[in-house]
Amino acid sequence: MSSILQSSATAPGRFGPYGGRYVPETLMVPLFELERAYEAAKADPSFQSRFHDLLKNFAGRPTPLQFASRLTEKLGGPRIYLKREDLLHTGAHKINNAIGQGLLAAKMGKPRIIAETGAGQHGVASATVAAHLGLECVVYMGTEDMERQALNVARMRMVGTQVIGVESGSRTLKDAINEAMRDWVTNVRSTHYLLGSVLGAHPYPTMVRDFQAVIGREAREQILAAEKRLPTHLFACVGGGSNSIGLFHQFLGDASVKMIGIEAGGRGAALGEHAARLAAHQGFSGARPGVLQGTYTYVLQNEDGQIAATHSISAGLDYPAIGPEHSWLADQRRAEYSAVSDQAALDAARLLSRAEGIIPALESAHAIAGLVERLPQFKKDDLVILNLSGRGDKDMDTYQKHWVQ
Amino acid sequence: MRIRSAFEALRSSGELGIVAYITAGDPSLDATPKFVLALAEAGADVIELGVPFSDPLADGPTIQRASERALKSGTTLAGVLEIVRRIRKSSQVPLVLFSYYNPILQMGLEKFASAAASAGADGVLATDLTPEESEDYRRIMRLHSLDTIFLGAPTSTDERLAKIAGCSSGFLYLISRTDVTGAKDSLPDDLPALLRRARSVTVLPIAVGFGISLPGHVSVLGGLADAAVVGSALVSEIEKAKSVDGAANALAERVRSLKEAARHGLSRREVAP
Ligand SMILES: Cc1ncc(COP(=O)(O)O)c(C=O)c1O
Repeated sequence: MSSILQSSATAPGRFGPYGGRYVPETLMVPLFELERAYEAAKADPSFQSRFHDLLKNFAGRPTPLQFASRLTEKLGGPRIYLKREDLLHTGAHKINNAIGQGLLAAKMGKPRIIAETGAGQHGVASATVAAHLGLECVVYMGTEDMERQALNVARMRMVGTQVIGVESGSRTLKDAINEAMRDWVTNVRSTHYLLGSVLGAHPYPTMVRDFQAVIGREAREQILAAEKRLPTHLFACVGGGSNSIGLFHQFLGDASVKMIGIEAGGRGAALGEHAARLAAHQGFSGARPGVLQGTYTYVLQNEDGQIAATHSISAGLDYPAIGPEHSWLADQRRAEYSAVSDQAALDAARLLSRAEGIIPALESAHAIAGLVERLPQFKKDDLVILNLSGRGDKDMDTYQKHWVQ
Repeated sequence: MRIRSAFEALRSSGELGIVAYITAGDPSLDATPKFVLALAEAGADVIELGVPFSDPLADGPTIQRASERALKSGTTLAGVLEIVRRIRKSSQVPLVLFSYYNPILQMGLEKFASAAASAGADGVLATDLTPEESEDYRRIMRLHSLDTIFLGAPTSTDERLAKIAGCSSGFLYLISRTDVTGAKDSLPDDLPALLRRARSVTVLPIAVGFGISLPGHVSVLGGLADAAVVGSALVSEIEKAKSVDGAANALAERVRSLKEAARHGLSRREVAP
């Protein structure tokens, strides 16, 4: 076991100095109850079998680990495998966590779930799980995101979820989380907050990671079966950090496996132009450890501790903080993080579409761009697993604006 | 000390205290000292000065908008401490800084505590900080003789209420309902039970807040709590007013009518043990 796993296990909810529980008192007892319910569910065979049944029969797991032969050839670098989370029901990895927490909500006897969403993928996943389990569902979404991810708004409404537009702040993911937390404080006795990434107060970062860890467990087995060896590199995009930690987690003990998280570099390195929290080494400014929305982690902020505006072409990466476990992995240098621009992500989306016939989500396109930018550093026998976290249907408007003029 | 003396005076008079919340820097840094003096003169027993934050997730729309106005006018935590210093030149009203944790953390606990104490603040309340995460914070605030006030909530167990009270000094702030801040028409039915639970675990004075706006609420709380916290109702007076002087008058008027109700409502001495 690596020291990272040991130290994160010493204080529940802490990853080194990061994590914790910074919430209004009203939420503390509900968080303890959630933690207890989650611990019980982990050890409950009937919960686990229900979870795995829904992952298989509702979401479509396991997802393939596909050798990307033409992309590999075209780039002339490492052998590249794609973990096809884009093939899941609703189109992204978000469904793994939504199923887990949806079952937990039902088990806790909460008839109502609420969720925030940026790209809309977590909202759609929560909405469909709620419909499947017969729960009431309300999703908060910034109005800027409702505009750029309109397809997902329609999908949520189709399955009977109420989508509430959030007009405050930058009208994106952070503001949707604020509004969801206000709803939760108000309706906490009847409502489970189905948080969509490894963010927020304990137990969320741990619980969401565990629900997403199925990605890495499958990928590790699949790559060993296909290549008879471990990968040398893992790539994933990092918004809050759930698809990346989901892939990384099973490999943390494998010291030879390099893990690379790709953030949104937006349109520049100045504060306000990007959403890169762990890429100060590339000149992206404004990130310091601080407290936002329940957790202590790297946060983009000004000198006075006010949270900064962010920009990314990708709604799912457009967020000023990062999951606390990533902050710790970065400090420990167990994982590396860098950022790519809006334009690089757009180019990468086209590259994958043409080379493999797969249209990626803009979020996942960041991971591809990160790999492309690193090409000079690879050795010929390097072996990459790239997490294709979602499909690009929701982003067709943006792609069309950029490519078809 | 100022907080303790204020509550001791209230206890001996048997009168319910009024804790008045406004957001510092709303609508401007210059307006805040005027508002505080007007509130104090009208009889507010303790003033809570809100430090504006970009992401006020425990606040309803009224205080969210106040935060936005204050940030737009250039308010920083350092600026709020400067306001405290100015207020102290002409008033000894007890002052509590009411903040989200991140601005305090970014200034640095030590630097914040020493600056706040030397400016003349009496206590600190961080909305998103609970006993569990606050060991260093409490030690450092105490070192600078700042009271640490924590929130108790309807969802808190008796055991937690005891822990929260144990970490608090000055007074215990009880949240009246599971909700964000914001004026409401009525008080929740289970409030007396919550107050009794809190009383049974602490001898600290208890202030009740969230949703309190009307003289009628204050009359009901007399005999149950030591003080009522009024926030959004005051902040909306500032929002509605056409001028800073107009706002100051409206704030004073509000507090006077609440104080009136506090004097004529059931007093603590008549009802409480
Ligand atoms: C397809 C896809 N990938 C990635 C993300 C980013 O989230 P996370 O970093 O939690 O995986 C999102 C978020 O909306 C998404 O929709």
